[in-house]
Amino acid sequence: MGKQRVKFTFEETLVKEPVIYELGRKFKIVTNIRRAEVGETLGWVVLELDGEESEIQSGLEWVSSTGVRVDPLGGDVIDG
Amino acid sequence: MAFINGLKCRECGREYSAEPLNVCEFCFGPLEVVYDYATISEVVSQDSIAKGPLSIWRYKDLLPAQGDDPVDIMAGYTPLIKAKGLGKQLGLNNLYIKNDSVNPSFSFKDRVVSVAATKALEFGYETIACASTGNLACSVAAHCARAGVRAVVFIPSNLERGKIVGAAIYNPILVSVDGTYDQVNRLCSELADDYPWAFVNINMRPYYAEGSKTLGYEVAEQLDWRLPDHVVVPSASGAMFTKIWKGFNELACLGLLDGVESSSFGVDQNTVHHPAVKTKMHMQQAEGCSPIATAWSNKQSQVIPVQPDSLAKSLAIGNPADGIYAIKVIEKSEGSAYAVPESEIVNGIKLLAETEGIFTETAGGVTVSGLKKLAESGAIKSDELTVVYITGNGLKTIEAVEEVVDPLDIKPSMRSFEEMFQGAK
Ligand SMILES: Cc1ncc(COP(=O)(O)O)c(C=O)c1O
Ligand SMILES: [Zn+2]
Repeated sequence: MGKQRVKFTFEETLVKEPVIYELGRKFKIVTNIRRAEVGETLGWVVLELDGEESEIQSGLEWVSSTGVRVDPLGGDVIDG
Repeated sequence: MAFINGLKCRECGREYSAEPLNVCEFCFGPLEVVYDYATISEVVSQDSIAKGPLSIWRYKDLLPAQGDDPVDIMAGYTPLIKAKGLGKQLGLNNLYIKNDSVNPSFSFKDRVVSVAATKALEFGYETIACASTGNLACSVAAHCARAGVRAVVFIPSNLERGKIVGAAIYNPILVSVDGTYDQVNRLCSELADDYPWAFVNINMRPYYAEGSKTLGYEVAEQLDWRLPDHVVVPSASGAMFTKIWKGFNELACLGLLDGVESSSFGVDQNTVHHPAVKTKMHMQQAEGCSPIATAWSNKQSQVIPVQPDSLAKSLAIGNPADGIYAIKVIEKSEGSAYAVPESEIVNGIKLLAETEGIFTETAGGVTVSGLKKLAESGAIKSDELTVVYITGNGLKTIEAVEEVVDPLDIKPSMRSFEEMFQGAK
């Protein structure tokens, strides 16, 4: 089991989709939301995922496939 | 010793002791250093600074690491030059260049890394690491060589040669990752969780980022403790941009600027704005990676990450950690943000070289082209005091300007020279 912290960014058409609910249902992952901001046309959620590493990996691939952006927490770790 | 009280979450305000930690355990917001300004105001003065070393450590009382025996390759104290040639071209009579391309490893990154490396040793780390599109890698490797500790630096395999050699020469463990930008990013974020290293821009980030405040302090000191009307700054993560602003405001609140009354820092040290600080902050990004400039011009309250694709690799950070805070600085300072067309980057490099004799890398090309646009649009008036920050050296990105090499090819004879020279005149 492991934990991963990620940020999801939703654009206009996806803001109303229950992506996080589906993620917890389709995969053996516990989702724990820490902070979020949802506007009319854009939203983001910062959350912790708890589960087997392979399960989290597949879960995140599925999230990306819905068009939601998945990024590491707190911005890129690559720097200039 | 450093006059700090610990760390504080920028979002929920939770406090932590000064540890190697960059996100709030509770809300995952970024952590920032909390200073003991009451004590700082008793020890720091224009005089105490003037007596300090000719490096960023002259401002040690305002930095979050002990400054008595820092890891120091003499970062900072770089020239501020009146730009007569460039100013004339652009119609600006009061233009200055902060030439940070002459730092020891040839970029402003030496400022942040000197602070991060010093703090890492304070914490007892024996390995210092980073993931970088070049300048940071060079600086981390150089500082580790100086400190005699191990450097592990990760770079994408498609970097410019000057940056790869510029890092490798200091003999770090250099890891060249053959993958997309996102893959390099993900790998390094996993590594940071698993290895007991000081990652300068991850677990050291709250301390590291503070080093950029010295770009604000130095300009103020070099202008005889005044602030400019405008500054023009290149941005990737947005950290340097926000820290220059923070530096200006700290000087004002501590009463270190001429003719400015000190004042309290209020409840939030990181967002304090002293009314005497009237500098307009202008951010420049390259069009191929301009998430902050895009968010600002579309009036978005959030920065949408992008996949970077720019000639200016040192500015090519798709998901900027400080993007949203940088936008707040633009708003507060009544500044601006601009996405410089990719086709203008090389023109900017050449313009600076031909008018001022300063050879900057692609990030500097972005900055100078952005400055040109600000002058042409009238956003900067001809007599306003303006400082443009040139943060990296041209020898790191010679590929970008290879086209300038077009010599008169001659035989070793007077005749051959004269023929060619006549033709060229
Ligand atoms: C030369 C140069 N200028 C500017 C920047 C931007 O700095 P920041 O990420 O703090 O916005 C970088 C690196 O990121 C750089 O290498
Ligand atoms: Zn928090």
